[in-house]
Amino acid sequence: MAGLHGGAAIVGIAEFAPERKPSRSWMGCEVYSELARQALDDAGMSIRDVDGIITGNNLQEAQMFIPATLIEYMGIESHFSEVLDLGGASGAGAVMRAAAAIEAGLCETVVCIIHTTMPQINPNVPRIQRARDWGGGVWGSPQAEFEIPFGAIQGSYGYAMIANRYRHEFGLTYEQLAKIAVDQRTNALANPKAVFRGQPITIDDVLNSPMIVDPLHMLEIVMPCFGGAAVVVTSKERAARGRNRPAYVIGAGENTTHRSVTYDPDFTHSPIKAAADRAFAMAGIKRDEVDMASLYDCYTITVLLTIEDAGFCAKGEGPKFVEEHDLTYKGDFPMNTHGGQLSFGQSGMAGGMSHITEAYLQLTGRAGERQLKRCDTVFVNGNGGIMSEQVSLVLRGE
Amino acid sequence: MSKYRKNPVPVPVPTPVTQPFWDATKEHRLLLQRCAKGHVFYYARTHCPECLSNEVTWVEASGRGKLYSYTVARRPQAPEFAEDVPYIIAAITLEEGPRMTSLLVEADPDNVRIDGPVEVAWDDLDELAMPYFRPVR
Repeated sequence: MAGLHGGAAIVGIAEFAPERKPSRSWMGCEVYSELARQALDDAGMSIRDVDGIITGNNLQEAQMFIPATLIEYMGIESHFSEVLDLGGASGAGAVMRAAAAIEAGLCETVVCIIHTTMPQINPNVPRIQRARDWGGGVWGSPQAEFEIPFGAIQGSYGYAMIANRYRHEFGLTYEQLAKIAVDQRTNALANPKAVFRGQPITIDDVLNSPMIVDPLHMLEIVMPCFGGAAVVVTSKERAARGRNRPAYVIGAGENTTHRSVTYDPDFTHSPIKAAADRAFAMAGIKRDEVDMASLYDCYTITVLLTIEDAGFCAKGEGPKFVEEHDLTYKGDFPMNTHGGQLSFGQSGMAGGMSHITEAYLQLTGRAGERQLKRCDTVFVNGNGGIMSEQVSLVLRGE
Repeated sequence: MSKYRKNPVPVPVPTPVTQPFWDATKEHRLLLQRCAKGHVFYYARTHCPECLSNEVTWVEASGRGKLYSYTVARRPQAPEFAEDVPYIIAAITLEEGPRMTSLLVEADPDNVRIDGPVEVAWDDLDELAMPYFRPVR
């Protein structure tokens, strides 16, 4: 039968606390190595156990041969080596691929590592050039020619256009969007690693923060940070002998339909639906069996659309849903209990990893003050680009 | 000399395939493409995004459409746009079907109507003209 059957599980994680300014002056190899070491340590495994590696698309020391460079540096013999380029969905995408490779018998233990380039971005490179890099804006790319010159730069404008279209079709107040940011901040107050720990906010604080791109205020937009995370995925047999409670990957789904938001077929019905439906169908569970939702949150509007398109409420009911439910770790719909990227911090491409590491902390009962009373099943969604790449996971602790 | 932007950069750099699109802008003609099966699309390319046909011809758009969505950039999203704030980034559904992203000009940022009619507003630069859009009143 097709699909994943829980033949692979997450058994260890590591995550650097997001930082506004990097405290390490390391190159990529050092960051990848340290994250791998910490994650394997958490799993009670050694680098000798690893026979697969999945990385983000960034290693400043190497434009090509990224896995081989890291394999040599870390001393791995790898039977499955891959660079993943799904933006914010890379973390979830890496776990899905690792589980698939393990179930297929290609390898037994995969270390998935995503990080932001640690040293400060070269200040000599003008911001427009960085924007072009982010937008794939090299000569000949559709972004460089038909998007960027028209002001369609970075991601905020796209999510703002999605939010405005949503407001037009279904109605949505500033307060409803702000509630998402406020509940997530409440979660971050219980997370010592969150970049906004110790800084509570109210709905008024969100609405009084500067409007950046209508209708999104500054406190509805992620804070760029430095950091990284790693996840160890291994076979069911190996996981059963491990130190931590395994989180089996029982469902996964992926969906990508566009690069630029311009070509998103329908701004208010996102590609998340197909990814989430595939993941839930594969897992064979219902939405109300989920104990915690770990939803990619580059902006408040992203969360609203994900709640709807992942099927936690009907289309158009998201605004009421976030108003009526307590989204904190104390609430009836615990979501992004680490604070989400909005309040935990977005470590570039590794931002999406934080939703997996938090899921694993909750599933293993190690989330400290914000630990849920019961956490056996978690839904994770990773989102890349402007609602472009989507990867959904269903994780089950047993 | 841009009518609508203080410093109109970056300017698109055509490729051999997209050159006809940008050449036509100098005559204020907005070109789309149509494949052998009749799919009409934007942006300029060699293959149809609906069926991957490589039999593609140029067709002229009416320049009219509807505003699908927009945002007002209250803060510049790149330094090159710093002197243009507030500016309106818009997704437009063209009469012929395809969507494109452009700037909405000659519009009040605090009174923009989604689904309202828009038409192309050309901005002549040295080597090409930018197809921006304005509300039809």
